[in-house]
Amino acid sequence: VENVRLLDRLSSRKAALGTLYLTATHVIFVENGSEARKETWVLHSQISSIEKQATTATGCPLLIRCKNFQVIQLVIPQERDCHDVYISLIRLARPVKYEELYCFSFNPKLDKEEREQGWKLVDLSEEYNRMGVPNNYWQISDVNRDYGVCDSYPTEVYVPKSVTAHIIVGSSKFRSRRRFPALSYYCKDNNASICRSSQPLSGFSARCLEDEQMLQAIRKANPGSDFLYVVDTRPKLNAMANRAAGKGYENEDNYSNIKFQFIGIENIHVMRNSLQKMLEVCELKSPSMSDFLWGLENSGWLKHIKAIMDAGIFIAKAVAEEGVSVLVHCSDGWDRTAQVCSVASLLLDPYYRTMKGFMVLIEKDWVSFGHKFNHRYGNLDGDPKEISPVIDQFIECVWQLMEQFPCAFEFNERFLIHIQHHIYSCQFGNFLCNSQKERRELKIQERTYSLWAHLWKNRADYLNPLYRPDHSQTQGTLRPRMAPCNFLYKFWSGMYNRFEKGLHPRQSVTDYLMAVKEETQQLEEELEVLRERLANLQKSQLNDNKVKSKRQDRSKELGLSTSNNSLANTPQEYSNDLKSFPSRSPSQGDEEDSALILTQDNLKSSDPDLSANSDQESGVEDLSCRSPSGGGCLPSEDSGKDSDEAVFLAV
Amino acid sequence: MLRSSQPLTGPNRKRCREDEMLLGTVLDEGERGFIIDTRSAQAAKQARMTGGGTEPKSSYPQWKRLHRPLERGRPLQESFIKLVEACNDTSINVDRWLSRLESSRWLSHVKAALSTACLAAQCMDREEASVLVHGAEGTDTTLLVTALAQVILDPSCRTLEGFQGLLEREWIEAGHPFHLRCARSAYSHARLKQEAPLFLLFLDCVWQLSRQFPFSLEFSERLLLTLFDNAYASAYGTFLCNNEKERRESTHSLWAWLNQPGEKKKYLNPLYSHNALVIWPSVEPQSIQLWQGLFFRWIRSSQYLDEAWAEIQQLVEGN
Repeated sequence: VENVRLLDRLSSRKAALGTLYLTATHVIFVENGSEARKETWVLHSQISSIEKQATTATGCPLLIRCKNFQVIQLVIPQERDCHDVYISLIRLARPVKYEELYCFSFNPKLDKEEREQGWKLVDLSEEYNRMGVPNNYWQISDVNRDYGVCDSYPTEVYVPKSVTAHIIVGSSKFRSRRRFPALSYYCKDNNASICRSSQPLSGFSARCLEDEQMLQAIRKANPGSDFLYVVDTRPKLNAMANRAAGKGYENEDNYSNIKFQFIGIENIHVMRNSLQKMLEVCELKSPSMSDFLWGLENSGWLKHIKAIMDAGIFIAKAVAEEGVSVLVHCSDGWDRTAQVCSVASLLLDPYYRTMKGFMVLIEKDWVSFGHKFNHRYGNLDGDPKEISPVIDQFIECVWQLMEQFPCAFEFNERFLIHIQHHIYSCQFGNFLCNSQKERRELKIQERTYSLWAHLWKNRADYLNPLYRPDHSQTQGTLRPRMAPCNFLYKFWSGMYNRFEKGLHPRQSVTDYLMAVKEETQQLEEELEVLRERLANLQKSQLNDNKVKSKRQDRSKELGLSTSNNSLANTPQEYSNDLKSFPSRSPSQGDEEDSALILTQDNLKSSDPDLSANSDQESGVEDLSCRSPSGGGCLPSEDSGKDSDEAVFLAV
Repeated sequence: MLRSSQPLTGPNRKRCREDEMLLGTVLDEGERGFIIDTRSAQAAKQARMTGGGTEPKSSYPQWKRLHRPLERGRPLQESFIKLVEACNDTSINVDRWLSRLESSRWLSHVKAALSTACLAAQCMDREEASVLVHGAEGTDTTLLVTALAQVILDPSCRTLEGFQGLLEREWIEAGHPFHLRCARSAYSHARLKQEAPLFLLFLDCVWQLSRQFPFSLEFSERLLLTLFDNAYASAYGTFLCNNEKERRESTHSLWAWLNQPGEKKKYLNPLYSHNALVIWPSVEPQSIQLWQGLFFRWIRSSQYLDEAWAEIQQLVEGN
């Protein structure tokens, strides 16, 4: 469709004119005229909702909201075209079969072996070995090898040595969705462990010998402690209500030597609404400080983040400081349980704070343990009540920790943002379906590519320059303060306002420091080489001079400078009610970065996934600074707000 | 950019030829200028009753008046006190913190100050027009705006030396009554009438700029904290008294101490790189953060952040 306008969210007066394309996998907007041929690509998988607003004199507005928090506002001249686009997008954004997803057509031009190698990068059995199992206390069990015991669990699980297949099967019958207690993390220093399960089907008074034996075995697998914590991450009221449905929680009287604890994280519906409310705050036009803070508090989002974090801290403390094992569950053991176990592991074990370790962590606690990616993130069209930002919250917990402990993580914020992006993008096969079983049935590893391999290949972009394996922050357990720590949770504008360029610092400190680090390294290596040579040669005088001039040239070559040009920005609208001079566009003057790093390698030939939806930190700044529009402003685009006829579709 | 105090128009709309001529000479034929009045239109109008007022359009035809009310005086001090109380309150629940923060309105004041300074800067840089800034007395919000606008516009004000010069010019010589304004700070029960944390508000705004433009200020947060300390209680005479007339020469200058090579390096920003351009901050709420380094300074350890800065220092120096 031609002559479509792409509006800037912050300034309704600024718009780009271009052509809109719909392909099998993307929506693409190509701007007219600019020599750079600026393009905006959006994957259908990313589309969360499409809103068609009432036609005005200037055209028919269409609002596309994405799961990665990008919001695209288009104005299509003909109502007929707009309707067609709308209907098409609805269909395209609601795939019915897995085969419609991008990962099955995405082609990074790797051969079969490379694809396989990519999938092998993260190996869970290696990980369990690293932890120290199997050993005298823990064994690997293949009782679930055909998914016969629990279809959402992996084929291989770790259970206490003393547990027999009979006990596992018995316990699984007493657990919601058959998700029996299994090992998530083992601390070899003190034998304490974190196990996970779903809620017991205890109702008001039911008991199960095998389940009780299972818990006892877990406790005994830690000789250093005479009791076991059982942590129910639900609010007490919810857990109690579950009893009426024949489920519930562990009765301390029935299970020997357990200490039961509620931690009170709300359910997926509350979280979905919380995010919704927070995004509404983000969409406010020119909010006051008051609007923003009230809105943010009202959404409750940061409160939930804190709840998850507190649970993780409690468990990490139990394991590291008290040396007590913990069994964690929620209702079905695949949402809050995953969040809390992975936060706790991250706090406990510095390995998970490395890039590789983090990938392993997600693979272990989310992918292998059957977190329902498809239902939660809408790979396919499904029940909107299943959608919930569960892993987003975990990822945010990691970011909050990174803000508190800037030296403790090997990876940077961009790494987290890209992972979140790809959970929704379906460009890679890692996060498809709801369980390992389903993925194997679909032969995901033979038909798609692994995100981990892709990120690993580009790992230089994801490093944190402040990380040093020998730094004190990277050793041992992380101990975030629990109180008073209300104010330590910040709003993550890098994620929720990711595409609003004006909001973020123009230049990335991370990228600058990485460049400095690299240059220093190169210079040091060079110095070494030259030193050796110096030692070997006779004529030290002559070589001295050579060394000096070489070093100078090198640093010029590397062009390391935080040269001013890249900092050019334009003022936003500081004077909303001012009519005396034309309002300026917010700091959007700069060209957007060309295709994000992810697309700059050989993926260029296939569909770039994020070109022009670049985030601030790619470090490849366009140096031009467009001057803001002068008198010839486009008429106000506020028409959409007045009508009651917005046709709203939640995908 | 010019600054002054309010014109004494009074209830009878007095005129003053000399004042009109003075402002007239600033502008060329056909040029226009902006007057940024840091009082609300209503407050400015009411000021006439007590002998003050605004510049009437008829007498100052080339000047367009813009009102940007900025908080000052008691309300600003109350805002400060409320914020400090909130930060110290260990009993606050996480789901009440933001509204408590909001009810102090401190961040709203930061946003307003930055917006107004940006407006002044925009008039000059984008409109190429002269700007006159005044409130009532010309000693509080006026200086906040002119000083901040210069940090935004002028790269030389962002160097350590230039910033000191800015403070000397726009705060000390301009006669901000430090003695009255920075008397007891937030914990005192005294609630003095003349006390108001304008200077702190200025430092907070500068801190916001340093966060949004991490490479553009030559000095670090540490300098800002030191300035805050010294404004209230100092071994040096720099911030003493209320104006030049009152100040005695028989004290030592804070600048002399800060600028010693040994001391100076503590206040430098390792990421600094001269930026010749104007820095336009975002004043969206998401971009304005609570200055934790100041408000939580004694409440929680900055150990991890300090370590991060030490790493940054090492990386940059190692290069």
